[in-house]
Amino acid sequence: MASLKITAKKNLSKTSRRNYLTYGLVILAFVILQAMSGSLSSSLKGMLVPICAYVVMAISLNLTVGILGELSLGHAGFMSVGAFTGVIVASYLQDTITIAPLRLAISMVAGAAFAALAGFLIGIPVLRLKGDYLAIVTLAFGEIIKTIFTNLYVGVDGRGLHFSLLEDKTNLAEGGKLVVSGPMGMGSIQKIASFTAGFLLILITLAVVFNLVNSRAGRAIMAIRDNRIAAESIGINVTKYKMIAFVTSAALAGAAGTLFAMNYSTIVATKFDFNTSILVLVFVVLGGLGNMLGSIIAAAVLTILPEALRQFSDYRMLVYAIVLILVMLATNNPTLRGYLDRVKGAITGKHSEKEAA
Amino acid sequence: MNFLNFLISGISLGSIYAIIALGYTMVYGIAKMLNFAHGDVIMVGGYICFFAVSSYQLPPALGILAAIVVCTVLGMVVERLAYKPLRQAPSLAVLITAIGVSYFLQNSALLLWSSTPKMFPAFFTVKSEDAVKNSIQLFDGQLTVSFVTIATILTCLIIMVGLTLFINRTKMGKAMRACSEDKGAAQLMGINVDGTISMTFAIGSGLAAVAGVLLCSAYPTLVPTTGSMPGIKAFTAAVFGGIGSIPGALLGGLLLGVIETFAKAYISMQLSDAIVFAVLIIVLLVKPAGLLGKQIREKV
Repeated sequence: MASLKITAKKNLSKTSRRNYLTYGLVILAFVILQAMSGSLSSSLKGMLVPICAYVVMAISLNLTVGILGELSLGHAGFMSVGAFTGVIVASYLQDTITIAPLRLAISMVAGAAFAALAGFLIGIPVLRLKGDYLAIVTLAFGEIIKTIFTNLYVGVDGRGLHFSLLEDKTNLAEGGKLVVSGPMGMGSIQKIASFTAGFLLILITLAVVFNLVNSRAGRAIMAIRDNRIAAESIGINVTKYKMIAFVTSAALAGAAGTLFAMNYSTIVATKFDFNTSILVLVFVVLGGLGNMLGSIIAAAVLTILPEALRQFSDYRMLVYAIVLILVMLATNNPTLRGYLDRVKGAITGKHSEKEAA
Repeated sequence: MNFLNFLISGISLGSIYAIIALGYTMVYGIAKMLNFAHGDVIMVGGYICFFAVSSYQLPPALGILAAIVVCTVLGMVVERLAYKPLRQAPSLAVLITAIGVSYFLQNSALLLWSSTPKMFPAFFTVKSEDAVKNSIQLFDGQLTVSFVTIATILTCLIIMVGLTLFINRTKMGKAMRACSEDKGAAQLMGINVDGTISMTFAIGSGLAAVAGVLLCSAYPTLVPTTGSMPGIKAFTAAVFGGIGSIPGALLGGLLLGVIETFAKAYISMQLSDAIVFAVLIIVLLVKPAGLLGKQIREKV
């Protein structure tokens, strides 16, 4: 009995240890940043919430790209749905719920729910396709969502919410407020997002993703990624499990979108365009497919990098591009890779033996 | 007559998309990569032509030639430095590198040529009776067709015919077809695969330069991000027609241009992009490999 327990513990420990390490590092980073909050520069302080939002975006996209194995080029679309829903809900509840963190939490749940709904509706056609065709359709959906939100008008007044497309026909009553005004986006947002909220969202995201990946559904999803036909032949419902991963990923992106939007006083739909989707994809690929800790680090580092390169002023985006290309070339260089593996093997001697065998 | 006007401008826009889409489709067919930097090569072509003509006072024909030469070399250099080392790497790594190249080109353009919009000069004009005309009137002035439109459609036709002949009749074309079928087997047959891929990038980038000049002639504001949206649209067009297929790129480009123009004219100016992408999604649902794409059966 006792020996059985030990072996079970041993089998589990490999993934669990990694997951606990991820949780631990995130908590550590939060504690350190909170302790240092006095000495942080104001520009870095302003970036804490966007970093949290991008970290959540990267983890959620990693679920689609790394775990499910499908390339998505429209992840910012879900962020957009979350951002708009969240801000609309928050301004609707502004007088009803006065406690800001609670209002933020409710807005995030609403943002996540609507993004999940969007993910489900988009998933129905998207998940029928494969490879690059799937990628281009997610790109198309991202652009469609952007175009719709650019032309959406939403107002809130005593009688409730009013929606109209293309032109402002909301006819608000006295004291009403236009929350979303077409191409001008959302103005006068109450900035209720906080670093603590972002930190909690990251922890929730990690918990959701790790639990999904280590569950029966998660193993089914990874089986589909590794060999769809084999998975299908042993009776895995491919569409169902693909949908689970896709919708979860969309919901988390929605919550991140709400968090992101609540950190700015104005936000426009074009903020969540193709470039944002690509930016998050870069985090995922640089961090390593399926590696959540990698995504977190890549998202944090690459969000700070353009700021850190400020001394290069005009050249900073150019430097960023060159760094990106060089990193991709270096990480895929066979000679360098072999060398790194050997170094890794020398440090953790045991591992290299296992890999060799 | 309005309808005919819209149709012609749609075909003209579609021709530009088709020329750009050719670059995407050829590179995809042979190197199996999505070259996201392609749109920015268009922008570089536009700028080179602009400076050749307005700063160095070269005749337009030489300006276009300069743009083609620079872009061809640029395409080959980028392929050699950024994509060739990644031949064996996973496709996502190549995709991210292409995005890096795209950022690099955009930001270099921003530094070299600043973000102030440049007004592209009008090339396609005819001097008659001491007035410079840039369009002809048909049917008693009911139908106005600009020379840019005519030039664009003609160029597209010439490129299509030329490229089809090149692919089907020449040795290099044969090598390209062989590489797109099976790189390993092609190499065993003594085909220089690296050279062929380099050649594909050269042709694609040269075409992008032509597209850049045509695009800037039709929509004369030139900024460092000029290429991104047409790039994405042309990529969509390539997928629409079936990525990897050259007639598919033409068909996809033309259809996309016409649909976009009609959506702008008859449905809604603002929502036209959404409509274009919605049509793409519907087409892919009915034909998952695009209109003319080959449906590859999976072997178990």
